[in-house]
Amino acid sequence: MRFVIVAGTPSSGKTSVMLHTIRHLLKDGRSVAACKIDCLRTSDDARYRRLNIPVAVGLSDYICPDHFYVANLEEIERWAQARQADILVLETAGLCHRCAPAVYGCLSVCVIDNLIGMETPQKVGPMLSTADIVVVTKGDIVSQAEREVFRYKVETVNPRARILDFNGLTGQGSIRLKNEILKSRPLETITGKELKYPMPAAVCSYCAGETIVGRTYQMGNVKKVDFGGLEQC
Amino acid sequence: MLKKITITGGLDKDGHPERVQRLDIGAGEVVGVVGPTGSGKTQLISDIEQYADGETLTGRSILIDGQTLQQSVEVRNLRHLVAQVSQNMNFVIDMTIEEFLIMHTQVRSIGSPRQIIREVLSMCNELSGEPVSLTDNLTRLSGGQSRALMVADVAMISQAPIVLIDEIENAGIDRLQALEILKGKGKVVLLVSHDPTLILMARQRVVMKNGGMDKLYQTTATEQKILADLLRVEKYLSRLRDHLRNGNTIDPKDGKEEWCYGQNTGTLSVKHQ
Ligand SMILES: Nc1nc2c(ncn2[C@@H]2O[C@H](COP(=O)(O)OP(=O)(O)O)[C@@H](O)[C@H]2O)c(=O)[nH]1
Ligand SMILES: [Mg+2]
Repeated sequence: MRFVIVAGTPSSGKTSVMLHTIRHLLKDGRSVAACKIDCLRTSDDARYRRLNIPVAVGLSDYICPDHFYVANLEEIERWAQARQADILVLETAGLCHRCAPAVYGCLSVCVIDNLIGMETPQKVGPMLSTADIVVVTKGDIVSQAEREVFRYKVETVNPRARILDFNGLTGQGSIRLKNEILKSRPLETITGKELKYPMPAAVCSYCAGETIVGRTYQMGNVKKVDFGGLEQC
Repeated sequence: MLKKITITGGLDKDGHPERVQRLDIGAGEVVGVVGPTGSGKTQLISDIEQYADGETLTGRSILIDGQTLQQSVEVRNLRHLVAQVSQNMNFVIDMTIEEFLIMHTQVRSIGSPRQIIREVLSMCNELSGEPVSLTDNLTRLSGGQSRALMVADVAMISQAPIVLIDEIENAGIDRLQALEILKGKGKVVLLVSHDPTLILMARQRVVMKNGGMDKLYQTTATEQKILADLLRVEKYLSRLRDHLRNGNTIDPKDGKEEWCYGQNTGTLSVKHQ
């Protein structure tokens, strides 16, 4: 089974891009399953269901959605295999720019849009730099010049990735993304595979449900801002 | 530099071969694309942008200098094959024109950008008639100024050999001049439009129907005469617009100017008393 991990900034067009692409995969006779990881709620599952494919949703609730994501990869794989999927599309929450969901052996797709600003590719960091394919959307509403500069900025952050222009409204670009997916090597199993970029540690009292602000309420792995040695008490 | 693109082998919505089975467009040529909404204009453009090789809905193949995507390494390495200018596009970054143009020339590895940037600016101002300066912020430009800057940038800085102009009828720029500039830079220009002046500015036009290229016309001698008239009407309207916008009236009693329209000859004139 091919394991496709889709990350990207909020509202960049992840679901729109994958819907168009899955449609082409289905037309080619492939069987596709889709899973969406989110925090509190999502309506993406309804959009995937319209394609009449198996759809699962994982809500991380009180847990960091990226940690939740890694902790569930095996289960999601098994779920998709049980549904005889050739291709599993896993859309991540896409909230925290510190994390990158890419796993060696999977095809990682990062979706970003032309509106997020010229400096944002730098800020998005590992999510972008570890992607195998970068999909750039919303080129239909900015100038050609901005598209060209933006693409250059993306290349600077990730020179190895294939960069695809994509119109999430019309689906232009979906055949190319479909071909990239089909070109990727199927994965035997995700068990034992490695994250391309480690996740941040987060084991403190707030992880365990603490809600009160203040030093005496804090335990565990707590990091403080360094103000240059002047303001410490 | 690209010499021509060829569109070939497509099917219409019913799966029948489209009537125009091969369309060649050379560098420096403008082809109009006309037809009602839903007739297949957008898909045609999309095929070109994707460098289709038989896999899109229409089954069309696009050849660049006779080569397909698979054969042409050079074109595959071009980051942008098609540059677009359309009414829906706006500059979204918060920067001055100069800062941005410098950034764009750097991206294109243009060594000494000053000269080019000056040319882009003067071209932009020639096209829009509402001059901008290098220190103006991109996001504050009017629709006409934005489109004019986009055309000038596509002509001078962008590397894309194919330019697609999508419905810029009301963009408030000198469209004839814009086309001349792009042609002069050896671009292949496709012009999607519902506007008669723009449609007739293209020497050839392809008529879309039911998803396919249905007819290919060259502009006739009569159409060219009509175009000349339309351009005169446009010039008249634009002068009239400026006249009124600048706070003037049109009243013969003022004894200043009289605007008339020559009904029989189709010519326009401004008479000074
Ligand atoms: N203009 C334009 N809008 C787009 C494009 N791609 C997506 N959108 C819109 O952006 C919004 C967010 O898209 P969605 O797929 O839900 O993004 P996600 O949150 O990343 O999954 C929706 O309103 C889409 O219609 C695009 O290429 N151009
Ligand atoms: Mg989504």
